[in-house]
Amino acid sequence: MATINKKRQLGRPVSVVGAGLSQFGAFPDKDSRDLFVEAFRDMIQNMDKGFDIQDIECAYVGNYSSDLFEHQGHTAPIVADWLGITPIPITRIENACASSGSALREGVMAIASGMYDVVLVGGMEKMTNLPTDGVTDVLASAADGLYEVPAGLTFPGIFGAIAKAHMDRYETNLDHLLKVAIKNHANGALNPKAQFQQTVNTMAERRIARAQERGQDVPEYNSELDFLNDERANPWIAWPLRLYDCAPITDGASCVLLVSEDIAHNFTDKPINIAGIGQATGKPLHDSDELTSLSAAKAASQQAYEMAGITVSNVDLAEVHDCFTIAEIVATEDLGFFAPGEGPRAVDEGRTALDGDHPINTSGGLKAKGHPVGASGVGQVIEIYHQLRGEGGERQVKKENPTVGVTHNVGGTGGTCVVNVLRRES
Amino acid sequence: MSQQQQASPPIPAPVPQPESDFYWEKCKEEELWLRHCKACDSSYFYPRDICPGCFSRDTDWIQSSGKGIIHTFSIVHRGPTPSFRDKAPYVPVIIELEEGPRMPSNLVIDDPQPEKIKIGMAVEVVFEVLDDKISLPKFKLSS
Repeated sequence: MATINKKRQLGRPVSVVGAGLSQFGAFPDKDSRDLFVEAFRDMIQNMDKGFDIQDIECAYVGNYSSDLFEHQGHTAPIVADWLGITPIPITRIENACASSGSALREGVMAIASGMYDVVLVGGMEKMTNLPTDGVTDVLASAADGLYEVPAGLTFPGIFGAIAKAHMDRYETNLDHLLKVAIKNHANGALNPKAQFQQTVNTMAERRIARAQERGQDVPEYNSELDFLNDERANPWIAWPLRLYDCAPITDGASCVLLVSEDIAHNFTDKPINIAGIGQATGKPLHDSDELTSLSAAKAASQQAYEMAGITVSNVDLAEVHDCFTIAEIVATEDLGFFAPGEGPRAVDEGRTALDGDHPINTSGGLKAKGHPVGASGVGQVIEIYHQLRGEGGERQVKKENPTVGVTHNVGGTGGTCVVNVLRRES
Repeated sequence: MSQQQQASPPIPAPVPQPESDFYWEKCKEEELWLRHCKACDSSYFYPRDICPGCFSRDTDWIQSSGKGIIHTFSIVHRGPTPSFRDKAPYVPVIIELEEGPRMPSNLVIDDPQPEKIKIGMAVEVVFEVLDDKISLPKFKLSS
């Protein structure tokens, strides 16, 4: 009898050869299919050597809940119709906020299996149709309806509880969290696709200007932190988390074109390989061994690093799932960039900034770029793709010739985590 | 339906499943019961027929003392859903019970402030009547 061989390697290498992103923000006139078309058009217009869309053989689209957000199920074939790529197979993948991370993984495996050479993967979410109460209700449905929702234990409350545990166990304080927001807004200000293209400083100046216009008491802020510590400007959502600790509600879509490495140069001279993929599953928070770490993130990153044949010291930059500021700090520890408990100090020392030794969320992250939940995983891959190709523009990382980038995409509160290693092959 | 309930919709009541019927019935009697696996001698939460540790079906129920400690918490100021808008500020907690299992719940406390609550504080179960079928287990600081 044959033995089970858990080798977990790709059957053949897979490359990213094109990437497209819609504008991220709130767009009353667009639904998810329109957003996906916008991302797809962006990709086609930026293909280095052109591209015939009839070459796409298969597609996967990540989407958390068009059903509840838009009252529209079975959205994948609608997207295929809108793109004009019927009759190829297209499948929607749902893994909460990790939906497109998982969609990308399916696409990679479809090519690695030898079945297809050219696969489109992406994600989309239209969130702003509903009033905020409706949106939070839909998001809450990703928590356990029998035991978590009746306790009001939804995302801000759960990540607040993670933050409290981190503060108790290590020397983490509220300013560490806010510094993550300051950094990500600074990066988002350099990203023309971001929902918030303003530094925290700009937001503080606007608040002052607004108070002057209205003849109200004019607040004085000595620093960005000073502004973020003003409860009127930055109210508590779920202590220890304030408004600026939370990612926004966003409409947006993302897509990339995956091909077998042996034909990548038909599409571009600068392909970026998916060198490693990992996905793992975690227990609900109350049953997790640790509160200050997501076990699925650690497991997924180990799988991805091992497949890529790298260690954490090879990683030049990363896009991580900062749905809340504490989530970025925990992610940088789970991915091994910093020892447990060292994440906050790394933020303090600027190590995660554009010019730091571990740049994190150069795109602005979910915090400033925006978080259209089903689109976020592939959105992260797109940022790494551009950075490794030296196309980051004003937000290009300062280190020379970055070669390896990592993405970290979380569904729920760690129920799902997808980690990818992307590498520029010389 | 009362006026107050119309202003803010009620907390969505859990719908008991056959494997959690007993748990909710006991909550109604203001008792907290846990599933227990006879095969690996461990108690667990959420209630379900099959042990998540060893996948045995040789499971029964034990009554919890209802005592435990705060494992972690946050203080929600902005009700995440319409049902919770009038409840804020409220305190989601994860409780570690004496018998071992941990469970998500709420800490019942007046004027919740971070200084008043510490990880590791002793708590005991109380029950909040939601409707004629469901009483929710919550916790208060032990005196």
